[in-house]
Amino acid sequence: MKTQSGAPPTTPVNGRRRALLPAFAFLTPGLLYLLVLLLVPLALVLGYTVFRRGRFGGVVYEFTTENFTRLADSLYLTVVLDSLKIAAITTVLALLIGYPTAYLIASLPKKWKTIALVAIVLPFWTNFIIRAYAWIMLLSGPGIVNSLLGTELELLYKQGTVVVGLLYSYLPLMVLPLYAAIERLDPQLREASANLGASAFTTFRKVTLPLTVPGVLTGSLFVFVPSFGNFVIPEILGGGKSVMVGNLIRNEFLVARDWPFGAVLTLALIAVLVVLLMIQSWAARRA
Amino acid sequence: MFRTRFTSRLPVTVAVTGLALAASACGGGSSGTGTDSAAAPSASAAQLNANADLSKQKLTVTVWPGYTPEELPAKAKEELKIQDIQIKLHDTNEIAITKLTTGGEDFDVAFVSGQYAQALNEQGLLEPIHAELIPNLSNLYPEATQLSYDKGNKYSVPYTWGTTGICYRSDLVKAVPKSWNDLLKPPSWAQKKVTMMTTERWLALPALKALGYSVNTDKDDEIAKAKELLMAAKPQLLGFDDTTFGDKLKSGEAIMVEAWDGWCPTTEKNIEFVVPQEGSDLWVDTMVIMKSSKNKEAAHALINYILSPEIHGWAAENINYKVPNKAAMDKVKVAEGSLLGIKPAELLQGESIRDLGEASQKYTRLSTEIKAAQ
Repeated sequence: MKTQSGAPPTTPVNGRRRALLPAFAFLTPGLLYLLVLLLVPLALVLGYTVFRRGRFGGVVYEFTTENFTRLADSLYLTVVLDSLKIAAITTVLALLIGYPTAYLIASLPKKWKTIALVAIVLPFWTNFIIRAYAWIMLLSGPGIVNSLLGTELELLYKQGTVVVGLLYSYLPLMVLPLYAAIERLDPQLREASANLGASAFTTFRKVTLPLTVPGVLTGSLFVFVPSFGNFVIPEILGGGKSVMVGNLIRNEFLVARDWPFGAVLTLALIAVLVVLLMIQSWAARRA
Repeated sequence: MFRTRFTSRLPVTVAVTGLALAASACGGGSSGTGTDSAAAPSASAAQLNANADLSKQKLTVTVWPGYTPEELPAKAKEELKIQDIQIKLHDTNEIAITKLTTGGEDFDVAFVSGQYAQALNEQGLLEPIHAELIPNLSNLYPEATQLSYDKGNKYSVPYTWGTTGICYRSDLVKAVPKSWNDLLKPPSWAQKKVTMMTTERWLALPALKALGYSVNTDKDDEIAKAKELLMAAKPQLLGFDDTTFGDKLKSGEAIMVEAWDGWCPTTEKNIEFVVPQEGSDLWVDTMVIMKSSKNKEAAHALINYILSPEIHGWAAENINYKVPNKAAMDKVKVAEGSLLGIKPAELLQGESIRDLGEASQKYTRLSTEIKAAQ
């Protein structure tokens, strides 16, 4: 486009510069953070995957593809599938419990809404590990549940206990995005649906649920991702009797001193999560 | 070993932060399997000057948290006239050797477990110990010079030692455990009330010993037999636990656990420790001097100072580990029920865990297989 009048051509450039400067100033810390703490470590992980392990950890710079072929070992596949299963069960349960909870909170009067939301976030004020330990106090052989019921049930150190621990830890991450999605819904849409003769269930199925799908996806991702990579809960509440990918990775780096294979496992974990993120963003766009 | 040493002392939170990060160890390597302390390429050691001016030397030491007295650097500086002593901390052996081998910082003295000292020496990274600069070596028990990974203390000086056994509730067991099989095939009254360690080499230890094998075996058929035994044991276990087994015993959640002696809370009522009849290991935490150190005279002087009965006795009294120092142990008051009374000769019956190099991967795999089994 031609500039009208004789305005010097530098003016718009200058103007843009003036707008860019503050933008850069605000972005730099975040960009630096991502660069230094995300991209560089990621590049290191990628690099480690093709070398041999060093005797004292670290790597020996000899090229090998062995680390990748080891991944095909049924032992590690089982662990990955197991972790997927545990994370999936946790996510579904979180959704089943989280959706009604979020729905209810959204329909509360304003004052109670705040109280309910604070109550949801409250557990985060206590250290994660301490909360996991609370479950041991509750569920152990001589623990509170058994002594109240007068039973000797074996409740702890099972895969089910791992799911319970993960569900408890990450449920708020499901409730909050769901609440945000439901809260944003225009109540008039539901009224319109009712006016047109839809039952409450049909309204939910045809109006509320489709409009909150992005919230469902976000919440599910928020629960699935940390559950899938978790290694503390299986150790504490699983009694070390079940292994998840997170445990494997930590073990390869810190105990077995096999950084290259640990890096391959990390890459596998990231790959699974990237696929899930892609599905989520695809589904959110279509919703 | 492991040694986030604070576990027995600080509350559970700290212990578990340790659990998250730390745990344990033993393992890996890329060079030959269990050879005798092979290369000591440093035999042509630097000539050290017994009269060197220590006030021109600075020391950097890496050690487990809480493993030496807090005032050690200040006291040693004054006593030995060393210019400066910096104490750095490591949570596990793995972190220590990563720090020592990947550089960045120059360390003079490091505290690591025996098998790691052995591995470091095989890589030619350790300075031989110049015994003439450490007269206090004579305080050590004679047994402490016969440690299989380093006979004659050629490149390492033992700091603490101990063994692994069964820690149990004498009021809750129906029979006193005496064999590793009591853990592996628990009688009906102990089902689901038994824990074993989760760190690979100690996970394998009860099975290997019960079968009469060496804890350092790299034979596939022996490891396979041990795996069978452990697989069969898993359903009867309460869990695998390296860090909180003492708490599980105290609460009564568990009644028999595989435990390191220093971690078995025998000062509590009704808690006892036994070394099973099939035998066990002998673990040693040692002090080593790095070959790259430019302050070797001061490093020797510091180790000599630590071997004095006062400083070394501190370890026995405060971290509850036996120290291989006769002069120190003679001065230590042994509380009732304390395990400090185990005699060096008994300890020496144990087999030292050695670094297996490449073969250590077999143990990594074994422990993953056991833990991943449904």
